[in-house]
Amino acid sequence: MSTLEIRGLKVSVDTENGAVEILKGVDLTIKSGETHAIMGPNGSGKSTLAYSIAGHPKYNITGGTVTLDGVDVLEMTVDERAKAGLFLAMQYPVEVPGVSVSNFLRTAVTALRGEAPKLRTWVGEVKDAMEALNMDPSFAQRNVNEGFSGGEKKRHEIMQLELLKPKIAILDETDSGLDVDALRIVSEGVNRAKETNNIGVVLITHYTRILRYIQPDFVHVFANGKIVEEGGPELADKLEANGYAEYVSA
Amino acid sequence: MTTLTTNYLTPTGREEAWRFTPLKRLGGMHDGSAIVADRHSLTLAGAKATGVSFELKSSSDAPALSESDDAIVGRIREAARDVAVLTISANTEVAEPIIFKRAPGDVQSAEFARVQINVESHARATIIVENTGDTHLAEDVEIYVGPGANLTLVSLQEWGASTVHAGRQHAIVDRDANFKSIVVTIGGSLVRLLPTVEFAGPGASCELFGVYFATSGQFFEHRMFVDHKVPNAKSRVNYKGALAGDQAHTVWIGDVFIRAAAEGTDTYELNRNLLLSDGARADSVPNLEIETGEIVGAGHASTTGRFDDEQLFYLMSRGINLSDARRLVVRGFFNEIISEIGHEEIQVRLMDRIDNELAKAGA
Ligand SMILES: Nc1ncnc2c1ncn2[C@@H]1O[C@H](COP(=O)(O)OP(=O)(O)OP(=O)(O)O)[C@@H](O)[C@H]1O
Ligand SMILES: [Mg+2]
Repeated sequence: MSTLEIRGLKVSVDTENGAVEILKGVDLTIKSGETHAIMGPNGSGKSTLAYSIAGHPKYNITGGTVTLDGVDVLEMTVDERAKAGLFLAMQYPVEVPGVSVSNFLRTAVTALRGEAPKLRTWVGEVKDAMEALNMDPSFAQRNVNEGFSGGEKKRHEIMQLELLKPKIAILDETDSGLDVDALRIVSEGVNRAKETNNIGVVLITHYTRILRYIQPDFVHVFANGKIVEEGGPELADKLEANGYAEYVSA
Repeated sequence: MTTLTTNYLTPTGREEAWRFTPLKRLGGMHDGSAIVADRHSLTLAGAKATGVSFELKSSSDAPALSESDDAIVGRIREAARDVAVLTISANTEVAEPIIFKRAPGDVQSAEFARVQINVESHARATIIVENTGDTHLAEDVEIYVGPGANLTLVSLQEWGASTVHAGRQHAIVDRDANFKSIVVTIGGSLVRLLPTVEFAGPGASCELFGVYFATSGQFFEHRMFVDHKVPNAKSRVNYKGALAGDQAHTVWIGDVFIRAAAEGTDTYELNRNLLLSDGARADSVPNLEIETGEIVGAGHASTTGRFDDEQLFYLMSRGINLSDARRLVVRGFFNEIISEIGHEEIQVRLMDRIDNELAKAGA
């Protein structure tokens, strides 16, 4: 049982005109097995929240705390956060030229498990994970995200989620750019990871469509750098019908 | 042992071709003050395949195939009494790579070596030259790739720390022939190489690949010249370098000359440098001279940058620590070129050396 606790998180980015505050005090608690959907208008700071938890160097933490089972996450390096059990499926996964998916995954799993996986079982694990996400085996030999289509990049992120087995996963718009079949396949992948490892999931999305596959326990409305309303799944339907006007003008 | 006394052609450092090179560190190979060693360090490893001959000829029996205004080449031609000549006879396909090794010499004297590689028409071969140990070497390699022939030349500078190596690899590429060169420079104190190509017949093509990695105090210079003097020839140049540590210095010069007669030329050259720490310097100068507009394409690009933070973040977000993430990115950066060698064992060895250099540099 794990708990990721975000309290009063304030984050700024450096711009030509000085620091600009993006997150203005975010409170959120995610426990193992829970699924939280975060919905909010473009530019409201959802990715900033995700990146800040993962430790992207661009974001300056100016206030608040993030702890995983009571341990300060903000003090950790990026790789230490992953080792502690955090995972971020990125909205824009990064291309790493010349590094094959298979080499990348083996290096990552070795780092996370503290020892190299047994070659034979590992090859099988990767093959199964790829098959389950309808990815051609040739992806293992390709360079990380290089030349992947938008949807392929997202599948690759969820494949990593299944293989790396984190405690808490933040999925930043994993559903954007997926066709209907891919959306179902990717959602099944997330649900499998939830069931087998009882992970806590934060699902950042613009669409209620994915929430029909991955049932959220909580829906949070994110606007202007903070959470402005919280509710159950019914809140997502209300957002779909009414949009964010009432939160943005507020 | 003899001493070269003539003072002709001695570069001063003000010449365009020498403006980056630390002349003082050349061990006197450029100004004639070096003591001429009479060693022949180049040996053929393994058995000779059918259709392949390798012999030492006297200089008078193996006149130069090409002109050069390089001062060191001039001195080599004056000093060398013999020429190592490799010939691959017409229509021969050599399945396994032909491997040459250069044995270490010494750094009190300099070897002035001439080599000729003659790939006759429609022959096909891969030649790998492995340079290791500590030596002073001035080297003039002339290559002729006959009509329809295909040569891959891999030249590996895995030198020891005190080696000074000034070399020219000049390829004359005839009609419909293809010359592919892969130059890897990861060892030595000073390495200055001139991979140059002269197209001798239409339909010829060349691919010049290179990788260099300089750490503290090392100076590596690669100075290409591709002479498009016939129609419909194609050239590609892709050199990638990384630098780490104080006073690491690399120079890449890419001169491409498209003469008036060279209609239908297709050329592109690329140089990318990765600066892994402060205090290192990468000079990169692409240069295209065009005398005809009737060409397929001509372009070049040169970039020098640092680690991509987004790549490092992505890898680290999967649990990979900073030094392993950097190692992966550097390996990935070089992999595009190293994998062109097509020899697994050598590729692994080179990547391991690159890892070691990176670890030593602490970048
Ligand atoms: N370097 C920067 N300079 C100025 N503004 C920045 C900078 N970096 C980020 N921002 C701003 O931060 C805000 C939050 O961006 P973020 O990517 O977190 O939004 P988001 O909620 O994920 O949006 P979307 O739904 O479009 O993905 C945006 O308005 C963005 O323009
Ligand atoms: Mg976003």
